[in-house]
Amino acid sequence: MTVLQVVALLGVAAGGTATVLVRDPVRQALVSGGFGLQLAILFFVFQAPDVAMSEIVVATVAVPLMVLLALAKLARDEDPSE
Amino acid sequence: MSRRARTALAVIVLAGLAALAVWAVSGLLPFGTPSGPANRLVRTLDHKRQVANAVNGITYDMRGVDTLGEELILFVAALGSAVLLRHRRDDVEEEERAAGPPIADALRVAGTVLVAPLIVLGAYVVGTGHLGPGGGFQGGVILASGLLLAYAAGQVVALERVEPTALVEVAEATGAMAYALVAVGGLVFAGAALENFLPFGTSGQLLSSGTIVVLSVGVGLEVTGAVALILTEFLDQTLLGQGK
Repeated sequence: MTVLQVVALLGVAAGGTATVLVRDPVRQALVSGGFGLQLAILFFVFQAPDVAMSEIVVATVAVPLMVLLALAKLARDEDPSE
Repeated sequence: MSRRARTALAVIVLAGLAALAVWAVSGLLPFGTPSGPANRLVRTLDHKRQVANAVNGITYDMRGVDTLGEELILFVAALGSAVLLRHRRDDVEEEERAAGPPIADALRVAGTVLVAPLIVLGAYVVGTGHLGPGGGFQGGVILASGLLLAYAAGQVVALERVEPTALVEVAEATGAMAYALVAVGGLVFAGAALENFLPFGTSGQLLSSGTIVVLSVGVGLEVTGAVALILTEFLDQTLLGQGK
């Protein structure tokens, strides 16, 4: 196992823990996007570029955007003064 | 359940999961074994199907039926969210739709500049999935994110004028239909559904791998349409009634 692979694995461990520890949903959506990017680097370092690309598009485009849009809608429904 | 009990439970479950993962991984061949089964599979696909990227050889040929199912799951998911959310939209007057939050100049410029390269990248990834990393799914989401970038850059007015909803619906339906037609084509021309019935060409050429590249482009269209449709409906919901 190369140094690069060890660094990628440690990065994923740190990113996953950070995603769990962030409590604010809006920030969590963004941190989970960063975590997805770390996972993509991990897949790439382990020579799975196809999976890495899928991970990038799902984790940094599709999921955070849906979560953020849903949160924006929920926040407005709860606060009618806006 | 108290906080301590939850922590203890989490530690026990995670330790068990880690033990299982280590057990599973320790049984694998060493990383990068040159003569392992994966290598044989890559060469078989390259020789028999002329597909340079074995991953898409598996996705669109050996396990083509699985991919058909996955594609239809996404199709139905997009359809369902559109049906549910549009029903609610009818209740709100068109005038109540707001233009959204004000957009920073930097975001406007960066978004406008990036839309065209993003679409070229998406089309490239869709079209060359049989040659290298990529394929219909990845490229499709990149293409759909181009639409979102146009929204983020404040081109929402332009988007509404060209009415992309009809376009993304057609793209989604065409992609799903293309996949099903290729499956039927295999049944008609080669005797089994999804059998690779087109000429294979030479591995590494743009036109090679028979039906694999066709299916990849079909999935690209379908995913572009589905993701764009879901995100457009979500955006509409967020903008709805904002001016109230």
